[in-house]
Amino acid sequence: MSAWFGSVDPLYGAGPLTLAIFLIVVIRLVAAFSVLMGAVIIMIWFERKTISDMQSRIGPQRWGPFGLLQTLADGIKLILKEDLIPAEADRFVFKLAPYLVVLPAFITFAIVPIGGTLTIAGHPVQLQAANPPMGILLLLAMSGISVYGVMLAGWSSGSKYPLLSAVRASAQMISYEAALGMTIVTIVLATGSLSMHDIVASQAHGIWHWNLIRLGVVPFVVFLIAITAELNRPPFDVVEAESELVGGFHTEYSSFRFAIFFLAEYMNTITMSAIMVTLFFGGPAGWIPNISHLRWVFPILWFLAKTVVFAFCYVWFRASLPRLRYDQLMDLGWKRLIPLSLGWMLVVAGFLISRAWGFIMATAVLVAWTMLTRAFELGHRRERGVASVLPVVGERPVPGEVLRAITDADEEE
Amino acid sequence: MASSLNFFGGFKLTFLHLTRPRVTTSYPQAKRPKQPRQHGRHVLNRYEDGMEKCIGCELCAGVCPVNCIYVRGLDNPPDHPVSPGERYGYVYEINYLRCIHCDLCVEACPTQAITESKMFEFSFTNRADAIYTKAELLVDDQGFPQRLPWEDWREGEADMTGGWMRATSPAGDASFEGVVQWTADLGFGVRAAEAGQSENRDDVATGSKQLRNVFPRHLQPEDVPLDQRGLQAKFNNARKKMPRRRRSRDRS
Repeated sequence: MSAWFGSVDPLYGAGPLTLAIFLIVVIRLVAAFSVLMGAVIIMIWFERKTISDMQSRIGPQRWGPFGLLQTLADGIKLILKEDLIPAEADRFVFKLAPYLVVLPAFITFAIVPIGGTLTIAGHPVQLQAANPPMGILLLLAMSGISVYGVMLAGWSSGSKYPLLSAVRASAQMISYEAALGMTIVTIVLATGSLSMHDIVASQAHGIWHWNLIRLGVVPFVVFLIAITAELNRPPFDVVEAESELVGGFHTEYSSFRFAIFFLAEYMNTITMSAIMVTLFFGGPAGWIPNISHLRWVFPILWFLAKTVVFAFCYVWFRASLPRLRYDQLMDLGWKRLIPLSLGWMLVVAGFLISRAWGFIMATAVLVAWTMLTRAFELGHRRERGVASVLPVVGERPVPGEVLRAITDADEEE
Repeated sequence: MASSLNFFGGFKLTFLHLTRPRVTTSYPQAKRPKQPRQHGRHVLNRYEDGMEKCIGCELCAGVCPVNCIYVRGLDNPPDHPVSPGERYGYVYEINYLRCIHCDLCVEACPTQAITESKMFEFSFTNRADAIYTKAELLVDDQGFPQRLPWEDWREGEADMTGGWMRATSPAGDASFEGVVQWTADLGFGVRAAEAGQSENRDDVATGSKQLRNVFPRHLQPEDVPLDQRGLQAKFNNARKKMPRRRRSRDRS
């Protein structure tokens, strides 16, 4: 048993479980939690400040230097507000839903390695709250559970807009999860392990070993788009489309429960930036100067820097891109990303066996891609015709001359 | 290809905005300069010798579309007259819960006794406070509006108070441009003429722009001014923009 634990985390492998190890584990968890909470506060500030800069505004400025304490002030305000539960709500589920969103957000962060290995009191300590052997699957499982949170929140509100939002959320998250999973499979194939620690370790030998370059840029692009959709962030924020659904699934939430949703959203943003860095950019890998006692700091700094870049990217998306229409969203997910990630996965798998298999796979994928494109084209043309179920906006469902014949006949009578 | 370039053009635009100067100001700390013709709360003007200009004729009350002005005139006491002439405004009240700042009272006043300052930053906690009486409206001995404690006056904001009455020249007669219309309105100078008032208008000083020059693309082709057509227009516009850009850089 001890050997198995040791293979998961060197902390348990050294000997019997002592109080010191227990304390280290507790401290590590508390540290991860507080880092994430602090990061959320800074992330919200960062997003508001950056987007205001991009819109030529000033942004938060009143609380603390540069408005840094604005998030804290907002949090206090939200906690002090009245906690409303609508009369039509399913009270138990209504109260449960926020936690179903926030817990997965935190648990996902627990598997992210934010630095190398430290030695504390003779024990090797990985800077990672937990390193389960199924690592990356936990990410998929947790994003699956957070769909439940959103869905139940929308449904239990007993109100129409949240319900619509919940339906959208479930459909959107499930469709993009497929592309997401396929991309992760590509990485797992290349790494040969599900553990986040191993994924990072396999990329540690320089920039050419990063999955971004090793797997071609396509999986990264697919992953970036899919994860943005998973996060319900702009331009994929149809779930919370303010112009259509008031506030989306959390319309009926107020006070601290609303704050929890808000918290979870930003936690997820940070976590997913971190995951992206871990999967494609080597996590904490980077140049380390030869300073004897500070060597452990630099991986953390590298990790932070890379994560901030992606956090900035999300804000940048929000400032630059208009929201996708719901059908465009589904088109992008099912018709583009899923075939693309599936095809790329097959090609990568082929090249992992041998070069010959790789080229065979590439040819097969190309043929399939051409056929798929043709099929979409045909389908698209059919959509435009008279037989389409829903009339296309701006076009008459009945051709002009037919319509004219009908109306003329009426007049003659 | 073109559409994909546009796609990244959007990202470039938002990124470039990071470096551009902000449009908004942090308002209560920093204020924007007010427009030259802004309508704010009224002042009751006085002559240089301290006499009130108001003669209690109630024309302002009569013309007021929302009935926010209440005036009662009284015969001047012979031994210590309040205004030159026969009568003076004994009661003068303006209810700012009703006032829409249309400036019709200013147009109607035969003696330019009532003009508007640019002050709009005042608030009340009960209805009675919203009624300004003569005690609040009357200008001080220098001719400046009173800086009431619940109003947010800043340095220099009171300087242009009588200004727009001067610039419009009563009765709309352009030949009065630049002429002091009434005996020494306390504290204020003569302002440059604006668009539509005179041939000698000064657009830079008054901050006015002719719509015809600003929006030439909204006009019929034959209505576009000659200097806004073709290559000449491009050259002119580029020249116009240059000093403005330099100015905005200096400010930031």
